[in-house]
Amino acid sequence: MTLPLLLFFVFGAVAVAAALLMIFVRQPIHSALCLVLVMISLAALYLLQGAEFIAAVQVIVYAGAIMVLFVFVIMLLNAGNEERTNFSKMAKYIGLPLSILMTAGIAIWVARAGSVLASPQHAPDTAEPTRELSQLLFHTYLFPFEATSILVLIAIIGALVLAKRDS
Amino acid sequence: MEFVSQHPVLVVSIIKIAVLLFVLMTALAYLTWFERKVVARIQSRLGPLYVGAHGLLQPLADGLKFLFKEDVTPPASDKVAYLLAPFLALTLALTTLALIPFGPATFNILGQPTQLGISNPSLGLLFVFAITSIGVYGVALAGWSSNSKYPLMGGLRSSAQMISYEVSLTLSVVGVVLLAGTLNFDDLIGAQSGRWLHFIPRWNVIPQIIGFFCYFTSAIAETNRVPFDLPEAETELVAGFHTEYSSFKFAMFFMAEYANMITVSCLATILFLGGWLSPLSSHWRWPLYLPAAGLLIGGAFLLYDALARNRGIARIQLTVVSAIALVFGLLCLIPAVMVVIQGLFWFLLKVGALIFFYVWARGTLPRFRYDQLMDFGWKFLLPVSLANLVVTAFVVLVLNR
Amino acid sequence: MNAVPVSYYLVLSAILFGLGVVAFVFKRNIITIFMAIELMLNAVNLAFVTFDRMRGGPHDGWVFVFFVIVVAAAEAAVGLAIVITVVHNRQTLNVERMNLLKF
Repeated sequence: MTLPLLLFFVFGAVAVAAALLMIFVRQPIHSALCLVLVMISLAALYLLQGAEFIAAVQVIVYAGAIMVLFVFVIMLLNAGNEERTNFSKMAKYIGLPLSILMTAGIAIWVARAGSVLASPQHAPDTAEPTRELSQLLFHTYLFPFEATSILVLIAIIGALVLAKRDS
Repeated sequence: MEFVSQHPVLVVSIIKIAVLLFVLMTALAYLTWFERKVVARIQSRLGPLYVGAHGLLQPLADGLKFLFKEDVTPPASDKVAYLLAPFLALTLALTTLALIPFGPATFNILGQPTQLGISNPSLGLLFVFAITSIGVYGVALAGWSSNSKYPLMGGLRSSAQMISYEVSLTLSVVGVVLLAGTLNFDDLIGAQSGRWLHFIPRWNVIPQIIGFFCYFTSAIAETNRVPFDLPEAETELVAGFHTEYSSFKFAMFFMAEYANMITVSCLATILFLGGWLSPLSSHWRWPLYLPAAGLLIGGAFLLYDALARNRGIARIQLTVVSAIALVFGLLCLIPAVMVVIQGLFWFLLKVGALIFFYVWARGTLPRFRYDQLMDFGWKFLLPVSLANLVVTAFVVLVLNR
Repeated sequence: MNAVPVSYYLVLSAILFGLGVVAFVFKRNIITIFMAIELMLNAVNLAFVTFDRMRGGPHDGWVFVFFVIVVAAAEAAVGLAIVITVVHNRQTLNVERMNLLKF
């Protein structure tokens, strides 16, 4: 059991446990906190795969800004406990097994694809992966990069207009 | 012992973490003493004086008080979030200090060569921002989970303030990153070595003076200190988001605030003031004796104070402190230690100067009103940081052509 | 870094995606459903980073992850604004009560 494998199992277990908790806790604020834990463990998994910049961006943007927005909205709307509903028989006895089957299907298919394609003929990791990423972002993918900045501007204006009270 | 020889890096890291935690907790405690003394002097009074000589045992008394106070939990609070918030705040505040290099020297612990600093990742600066951006949760959860008006208002205002000033904090630093071309702390300090005109050190505070002011102002707002401390001011919102916390949990918030202050000052030192680099020319030999000289002179002064101006138990305490200072001063005269201490000494001196500035601002400035605070962050600091970034990028482009 | 087989990461990504789907279908609170969408996006991001490691060469996978995160941020902002408006109109957070088009 090498250290990377051990770390993968630890962070993977934390991610799955936090995702399960997110489904089963009753208060939305606890779900939000569990989701933050999932995102942070995923950032650790990205670090384990050598994607340092992506790990940092995941924590700064996803866990540190988007989830803060979720937490604020939950506090604003004062979301209390989830109401208990009676699931229809269809949902309980057919829906849940089918979704588990779907997950298992995707997992098996993806694992098989992973073992087929994973011939490590790629070049070894360079010393500056972030520099390569920035070259890609600002040369090859410059147009999508600028387009996302306009997208974020549209989102800001849209959110402002939607959340404004008509007074 | 074979565990030590099989995993040398791990053991050395654990030792360094233990030493850093001990030093840090002591520094946090005595930072409160320092603040009370300095603010008192600014306000023409004397500060803590009775608990130990010159009030030096005051932090110990405060710590014991916090431990022995009754722990009251509001009955309708959200237990998980209520208990999680102070732990989160303190843990994140202390974790950032694992990324900061305190000096350049390489020395040996248990035969393993190591540096003065726990880790040195290639994206160190980005990781520091990642950790501080999660720090908002501590404040927001504390405010909400207390289930009471004042903490809720204080928590919401404080977290909104933190996320607003986080943007200009990050932007004001990008100018420095552009000049150095790296996010690694060691290389950022290395890019500030050398001199212009043979005597002006090449620190980033000179070309990036606007960036420095934007950064430091945003940092004061980010750590909720005066003049930006409306969410926790006593006259405004009782005690803001930590109203309903008592004893040890309140102490954790308190420590987290001071730890954030230290972290932000360390960052400002690394990014703008040249980190561990000495402002004096490296041709001279006498600056090497500065740490030893400082400690010996301080120890001698304390000894004089002990013997000539105090009686009884204060005399004994001051004698002990002066003896410790003299011993450390003599230790710094050993050549092996002198080399290691050099960078650390300048780093600590600069961090101390910035913390003194923090405390000075607290004693002097009135606080902002909340809407003035948000206006200042979004309508002044953010455009100025952006303008600084654009101008720096333009200058770097022109100079590199 | 080649110590962990790639298929392990992909299976983890599939499990997280499945949990996101289950949460999306079975939860009643509109904000929790939204959070399940974010969980699915994160699972997909993990798959992208893993595939990028498998490919080698230029890190196109990371660029895609970057864009997914940015788009998720924009979507979360607008989506939560819509959620706030809807909740103010319907006075409830339960999606079963937000069926105005059904008679």
